[in-house]
Amino acid sequence: MEPRTLFQKVWDDHVVVQEPERPAVLYIDLHLIHEVTSPQAFTGLRERGIKVRRPDKTVATMDHSTPTDPRALKVIDDQAKVQLAMLESNCEEFGIQCYSLGDSRNGIVHVIGPERGFTQPGKTIVCGDSHTSTHGAFGALAFGIGTSEVEHVLATQCLLQRKPKTLEVRVEGKLMPGVTAKDIILALCAKIGTGGATGYVIEYTGSAIENLDMDGRMTVCNMSIEAGARAGMIAPDETAFAYLDGREFAPKGADWDAAVERWKQLRTDEGATYDKTVIIDANKLEPMITYGTNPGMGMGISESMPAANALDSGSQRAAYEKALRYMDLEPGQPLAGQKIDVVFIGSCTNSRISDLRLAAGVFSGRKVAKGVRTLVVPGSHDIKKQAEAEGLDRIFKEAGAEWREPGCSMCIAMNGDNLEPGQYAVSTSNRNFEGRQGKGGRTFLASPLTAAAAAITGEVTDPRSLLLS
Amino acid sequence: MAKFTTLTSHAVPLPAENVDTDQIIPARFLKVTDKHGLGDSLFCDWRYLKDGSPNPEFVLNEPASQGAQILIAGDNFGSGSSREHAPWALVGWGFRAIVSTGFADIFKSNSLKNGLLPVEVSPEVHKRLMDAVQHDRTTQITIDLLTQSVTGLGSLEATFPIDEFSKHCLLEGIDQLGYLLSFDEQITKYEQQRT
Repeated sequence: MEPRTLFQKVWDDHVVVQEPERPAVLYIDLHLIHEVTSPQAFTGLRERGIKVRRPDKTVATMDHSTPTDPRALKVIDDQAKVQLAMLESNCEEFGIQCYSLGDSRNGIVHVIGPERGFTQPGKTIVCGDSHTSTHGAFGALAFGIGTSEVEHVLATQCLLQRKPKTLEVRVEGKLMPGVTAKDIILALCAKIGTGGATGYVIEYTGSAIENLDMDGRMTVCNMSIEAGARAGMIAPDETAFAYLDGREFAPKGADWDAAVERWKQLRTDEGATYDKTVIIDANKLEPMITYGTNPGMGMGISESMPAANALDSGSQRAAYEKALRYMDLEPGQPLAGQKIDVVFIGSCTNSRISDLRLAAGVFSGRKVAKGVRTLVVPGSHDIKKQAEAEGLDRIFKEAGAEWREPGCSMCIAMNGDNLEPGQYAVSTSNRNFEGRQGKGGRTFLASPLTAAAAAITGEVTDPRSLLLS
Repeated sequence: MAKFTTLTSHAVPLPAENVDTDQIIPARFLKVTDKHGLGDSLFCDWRYLKDGSPNPEFVLNEPASQGAQILIAGDNFGSGSSREHAPWALVGWGFRAIVSTGFADIFKSNSLKNGLLPVEVSPEVHKRLMDAVQHDRTTQITIDLLTQSVTGLGSLEATFPIDEFSKHCLLEGIDQLGYLLSFDEQITKYEQQRT
């Protein structure tokens, strides 16, 4: 047999039908749904009189518009309440497990999938959410879909898919202290741009990737979409198996042993080729920060923003100037020292226990700068409990940060957690688009370390200056 | 799904690159449970001033844009989130086709399922169209799906790629779920083999 890539193996294993000149009918092993992108899909099913084909392969959670204020868990408005209630009633009608607001297993969809053990190597996983790429950290083929496709999967457990191309992103070397998984993926976005991987599935390889823990691998795969790739994958190894072992929905006993044997076969064969390769030298990476209004507009924290005339084409220059006007920043200047108003530590990118531990290490024994609002939002109730068991919540609270309930929160700003117009935030989330964190708000994307450092100093800060002191 | 065969219309020029789905429709409008009525929220944060009145400087509010069914957009249009609310809002406003040098994957897939045609052209053709439309807002452009062609400006004749299946579905107004459901037997067989 021809040597195959990880992607090719998972793809081949799930093609139900491949007719000539037609997209493949691809079987989906796990369908995650949430309140925002599912209501119209269920309406479609009802209009056609169709049932959910495999409620047992469908899992629902509420995360996008759920409140995170621990003092008053109040849903923002009636429209959001109706949407949340609709998810519950749809799940009840079609027999789908739903982790509702208040359920101890509730959390961000891309956090609870792996945490509960639903996410497993070799699976095909979809969700009406572009950050579904997160689950690829386990060697799953996982990607975001629109609501029409949510309806397709509910109805048939399949999707019509054209086979994407493959892009290897090889990250070799050793990360310096203060440099994290988030900096790897922000560096990739800066290198290839937000459309750089359009049409590709990324496989991340190399020693720097192999040395990441699962939380770090999820951070990397999560933002594959920010480089334009629908999916990012990492070959499953002992690190992945150790993470999954004993999780609620992971195989048990003899089934576990058989699964691990199967999963070990998934890694890309010697001699298999990718359509394209991009190489990143991990040794040379420094903490990254974005300055513009898409995740590709990023740089090392010691660098200066490009001069306007440094850009190739007229349209690129126009886009850059438009972005900096929105951000109210000057081209050619460094970002370090820029005053900020808010720090957000959370989202499906960076709300896991390792992220919180990193941030807590910076907060420990320090105080949040005067006038800076700092939100720490765990990705799930399990993570919240774990953090509290480790005393991380006390560190955050003693420093003057807000310790919140789980949810997407200020990453998408649908639930009332948002920036005010003109405010600057350092955020561990995934998108710095205009208005993403609140109308008129300005976002600098960075790692949990860099975000925590900004909270302490009140300005964009190289976290290494605090780690060393 | 509405059929798409051929379309002749004036166009709206929006040269910005990397227009993401948060700009097409901000997240605060995603709390709806219906797919209709999102046209008013299209490009909301660019389109309206703080007091809620239309921003006269935004292209969609210009009298010349009214009734246009074609959007000439910058490169990498529709990047970001998977929200199908983006094509719902574009279609809700009245657009039937978007011309760009590149589209984000999920946006493209969502558009094709809503009778909204993504027309990918070369940078040269894109520039000619953008320049002509910006110079004369009454410029008529014709997009023909059967021949996969864009014509207008007197001499312009360009083609655009589209996969055969999506083309077939758009031309006939076929929705893809109907096609998928026809594989019920094969899906059942696949499920049995795997358990």
